[in-house]
Order: sequence, then C-alpha cells, then structure tokens
Amino acid sequence: MSIVQNFDLFAHKLVDKRESFCSGHRACQGCGEVLALRHICKALGDDIVVANATGCMEIISSNYPHTAWEVPWIHVAFENAAAVGSGVEAALKVLRRKGRIPDRDVKTVAVAGDGGTVDIGLQALSGAMERGHNMTFFCLDNEAYMNTGIQRSSATPFGAATTTSPAGKVSMGQKTGKKNVPEIMVAHNVPYVATACPSYPLDLMNKVEKAKRVQGPSYIHVFSMCPTGWRSASSETIKLGRLALETGVFPLYEVENGKYRLTVEMPEKLRPVSDYLKLQGRFRHLTPADIEKVQEKVNQELKKLLHKVETSKSWLE
Amino acid sequence: MAKRVGMEVAIAAAEAVALCRIDVAAVYPITPNTHIAEHLAEIVADGKLDAEYITVESEHSSISACCGASGAGARAYTATSSQGLMLMHEILPIVSAMRLPVVMGLANRAVSGPLNIWNDHSDIMPQRDSGWISFFAENGQEAVDMSIQSFRIAEDPEVMLPIVLNIDGFQLTHMIEALELPSQKEVDRYLPPFRPLATLHPDKPVSMGAYAFPDIFTEVMKVKDSVLIDSKKTILKAWDEWGKQFGRWYKPVETYKADGAEVLIMTMGSMGETASIAVDELRAKGVPAGLVKLRLWRPFPFEEFREAIKGAKVLIVCDRAVSFGGPGGPVAAEVKSALYNDAGRPAVLNFLIGLGGRDVTVENFKDILEKGVQAINKKPAGGYIFYGVRE
Ligand SMILES: Cc1ncc(C[n+]2csc(CCOP(=O)(O)OP(=O)(O)O)c2C)c(N)n1
Repeated sequence: MSIVQNFDLFAHKLVDKRESFCSGHRACQGCGEVLALRHICKALGDDIVVANATGCMEIISSNYPHTAWEVPWIHVAFENAAAVGSGVEAALKVLRRKGRIPDRDVKTVAVAGDGGTVDIGLQALSGAMERGHNMTFFCLDNEAYMNTGIQRSSATPFGAATTTSPAGKVSMGQKTGKKNVPEIMVAHNVPYVATACPSYPLDLMNKVEKAKRVQGPSYIHVFSMCPTGWRSASSETIKLGRLALETGVFPLYEVENGKYRLTVEMPEKLRPVSDYLKLQGRFRHLTPADIEKVQEKVNQELKKLLHKVETSKSWLE
Repeated sequence: MAKRVGMEVAIAAAEAVALCRIDVAAVYPITPNTHIAEHLAEIVADGKLDAEYITVESEHSSISACCGASGAGARAYTATSSQGLMLMHEILPIVSAMRLPVVMGLANRAVSGPLNIWNDHSDIMPQRDSGWISFFAENGQEAVDMSIQSFRIAEDPEVMLPIVLNIDGFQLTHMIEALELPSQKEVDRYLPPFRPLATLHPDKPVSMGAYAFPDIFTEVMKVKDSVLIDSKKTILKAWDEWGKQFGRWYKPVETYKADGAEVLIMTMGSMGETASIAVDELRAKGVPAGLVKLRLWRPFPFEEFREAIKGAKVLIVCDRAVSFGGPGGPVAAEVKSALYNDAGRPAVLNFLIGLGGRDVTVENFKDILEKGVQAINKKPAGGYIFYGVRE
C-alpha cells in the first residue's frame, strides 16, 4: 500500500508550511528535481547551510540579484559541493567551539546533480564522506547533465538516448548501466544512506529528517524526474516516479549502519519496465528486443538489492 | 616579546600562520609545501592552535573547503605548490569574485612537464589574472612577516580579497634561517579578529555565489578590478603599521643601490639576495649597477615601479617562467607594457633564469649585469634569452 494515500487529508498536519526554497525560481514545468529540493528543504528546517554544485538547481535558483533560498546558501563550482560543504562544516564546528556563533546544531547540506555527484564530484564526495563531516549530501539524480543540454552521465540508465549517447543506426543509446553510488557510500561506512523520490514525499521527508539527525555523514540519492531531458509530459512527472518504483527501476530503500531495508513496498508482481519506458521519448528508439535487455538489467539490479535487504546486518549489531 | 630563532622557513611560516589563530586549515601535501602542511598539522594535533585541519583529498578540495569555511566566517588558510596550484586554478577567480579573504602560502615550484620539483615561478604566473593579491617573500623573515600581514590585509573590510604569498620552494622553504618570530601578544595587537560583513549562518541567511547574466557580469569584473587596485592603499597602511610595530619596513618595490644606477636588474623572491651581492661586487669596480625587487606582483605597483627605475638606461628583467611563443617572460612583458608610453624609458633586457631549480650564482648575475652594461646606449635587441641554456 502506498504511503501517500489520502495525502491531502493529513499532509498539512505533518509537513511544515514554511518554504525555505521559494517560488519564483526558473525551473521547467514539471521539474522533479526542484520538487525534491522543496521537500528536502521543508524537512530540513531552517538550521542548515547549503552548499550547492553548479547545475540546474543552482542556475534556476540564484540569478543575481534574485535568490530562491531563504536559508544560507553557497555555490562555488560544479565538482566541489562536498568540499565546500566540508569547509562550511569545519567552520561551524570550530566557530561554535570558540563561542563565535550561537551554541546550537546547524546542519551542513550539500546538493548536487548526478553529474556533480557520480562523475566529476565523486572524488570530493568520497573525501568528505571518508573524513566523516557532519553533512548530508543530496544527489538529485535526473539521470543526465541536464543543465548543459541532456548529456549522458554515469547515472544515465541503460538504453536511454541523450545528446552524447544518441540512438543511431548502430547505437541503442546509453551502453552502460547506472553506477551504484549509494553502494559506494555504504562502502565508505556512511551510517545513513537512502534512496528517495519526490513521488513519495513522506518517505522522502522521513529520510531527510533521519539523515539530518545523524551526527556525521549521510547520503540521500533522490530520483528526480526531468520532463525536458526525458522527453516526457510535464504532467506525468509524479506518475513516472511511481512507475519507477512499481517496475523496480528505482526502488526506495535505506541503509542504516550497513543494514538495507526497503522503505516503500513494491507491488508483489512488478509492472513490466515497458510501462515506464513508453512514457519517455528518451527510450522511444528501443525495439522489443532492446526493452527485453532493459528488463533483464532491471531484474538483475533488483535481485542484487533484495539479496542485500535479506542478508545485510547492521554493523552495530 | 619576539623570539630570535634559527628555523626552517617552512616551519616558521607555519608558526606564523598559527600565530594568526586561523580557524580552518585545508592543506594537501606537495613538495615543497609539505613542511608547512605537516607542521601546521602538528601544531593543531598538539592543541597549540584551536583549529579544524581538514585533510582534504586534493588541492581542488582544499581551496574549495577554504571557500566554504571563509564563507561561514572562519579564518581559512591553505598552502600548496606547482601542480596543486594548477589543480586549484579553476577555483581561484571564484574566491576573489566572492570576496573571500583566504590566505595561501605558495612554495613556488616548476610546473610539469617534465615533472620537476624544484623552484621557479611557473606555478604562480598562470594565476596572474585570478584577482588575488600576490606577494613575493625574499627571505624567511619576510615569509613570517608577510604571512601575518596577509590576513590583516585580506580581511580588511575595504579589501576582502584572497592573498597568495609566494615563498620560493627549497631555496626558501627548506633553508634554516635566523629570524624573529613575533609573540602571540604582538600578533594579536597587529591582527584584529576576522569580522566578515556576511556569513553563512541561519540567523541571517545570505546567498553566496549567485549566477550572473550578461547585464551584470561586466560590472562584477569592474568591481573586482577596482577593489584589487585600491587594495594597495590598505597594503601600504598595513606595512606602515608593521614597520612601526616591528621595525621592519615593507615596500611594494624595493631598491638596492639603485641611485645613480645606469643598469638595473629586477628580481622577485629569493634571488634578490644573490643579485645584491653581484651588485655590490660590480659597484666596487665602479660599474653603475643596481637592483630592483618586486615584492607586490598584484596589484602591480605601477607608480612605485616607475619611481624605482627612474634614470636607468637599461633594465634587466629576470623571469622565472616562460611564456612560450610569447613576447618574453611574464614579468618582462608586464614591465614593457607598463613602460610603453613613458618617454625616456630604459631598454629592457629579458633573461629567463633559474628554471626548474637551476642555480643562479653571483657570477651569473654579474655576467648578466655586464651584458646590461654592454647594452647601454645601444638599440635594444628585444626578445628574451634562456640564460645559460645548452643548445
Ligand atoms: C569543471 C566543469 N566542467 C563542466 C561544466 C559544465 N557544466 C555545468 S552544469 C553541468 C551538468 C550538470 O549536470 P548534473 O550535475 O547532472 O546536474 P543537473 O543540471 O542535471 O541538475 C555541466 C557539465 C562546469 N560548470 N564545470
């Protein structure tokens, strides 16, 4: 059963009305990434400092002299959100210790797209997580470099056409599968790692709150639907997030101290991936045989995940 | 009271930085900056300095972490050399545009390739247009003094710009020198606490690093330029007060026996001392030679420079970096363009010396100065010379 049933009835009681990420920004209609960011900000509350990588979210929110951010926010470059965040975190820690800022918890948050996380930002992310800064890193994964015009990243799914992995006479688009960065984060002994999706806002917000409570590093990988880059109708954004779960394309789980757990149950009988693929122009070129291959990849990844769910144990046990 | 010590210059520089009560250090090791990185880590590990030392995984991250830390209101320091600075290159103009007063100690080293760990200035020269204030230290004492001055100048509300302090790798960093280390009390008197105008804190949220459209970008560039040019006033004031407090005086351009000199040689960094011995020896023989040392590289001290070279017939510019296929070494190119409109300007000879740690001796400087003497009243040859190159 979906956790968001009757959402309208109780959401207002559960969710902060305040928006620290304001309207007036320049995101595309139906942008899943900005929706995720809005939910994230609501769940984080005001006591945060955000370090944002170059990318869609930075560009749409900060065209000088305007800003959509009502919380302290810094942008430096594309690949270094985790490093900038490291500096912010270290500063908050030492300034608090020295009595130069008020004595209360302020969480450092880093935000980057999939490019800024899984490709060019991976080194800085690895360094920051390994050093154990008290910081939550959000990867807003729209599965390509959208800000620069839909080029492939290592988070682009198998078979998707992008401007640098186009479908052609001898190509079916992206040739590789998605790099599993949540797993890489678990391998860093990050105590809280999760996947999330704005189509499941309460699950997303619960995870954000959990991550915020960790006194140390935490990582949330947010599936962020992108009508512009996925060539889908902007009205179908939420539906695509749900289909991603219902087909097993993007399962929602969390990993607490190494223990994997599904947080939103998947249907007993998964829907075929074609239900998800057919709503998106980026998969339009796929033949039935190609779709079969995509299905196999999805099954394989899911099997790996479910195995971890069954067998993993908390390293605190 | 200040202490007279015999100390390795890199260690002394780290001690000076610690005396500045930095809040955050983010340093990645690279020869020859390593002793600065290590000694700062030791000072923090021993509890002698209450600071966060971030053991970043790269120089790109060290400068990025300094941005975050400085933005959040911390006094932030980094140090590097050569490849490390090249890796930071992308971030340097962002630091200055964001007006973050980060201070960097740069143990100058040749840039690859081929790989070479020894001293020249090919690391700093490509950063020339990054909008940072850039100082050159000539000896250990200057490395200590200017480390402390840097924080005060960088953090002055009129400035708020990052500073890079060039300390020649090995030739300076690894020398053991007699120097004076100021006391904590003296440094505290000279250097006020960092009071930034805005910081990253939820009590007063600000956005830093916004995106600029064409309608504002030119204005931002103009502001950056004006602030850097105007920073000279604050630099001069800070040096003046340093002189009053410590009795050691600093000028953007130093001269040595330049009065009445027909041939002047110009150096930056540690070579000044060697060159001065050559000048002494030539003067003793009646050769009208003198020395000009450029301490302030950015903002370029045009007035002081013109004043310093007034009356000279030949100006020899020693460059420690190559501008391949260009008009000459980067310093000579600047100097020539600075003088272009001046009537009665000296002829400029350009020698590329001390590349990748090649020794430049007193004899070499004498030889170079003699070449300058031969050029008096001759039509300048132009171009540039790789001094002592084997062909
Ligand atoms: C060093 C560097 N390389 C390339 C770029 C160009 N660039 C800016 S944003 C971007 C892609 C961003 O993609 P992603 O991180 O996935 O975020 P999205 O825009 O999709 O949210 C690229 C390639 C840059 N700004 N800096």
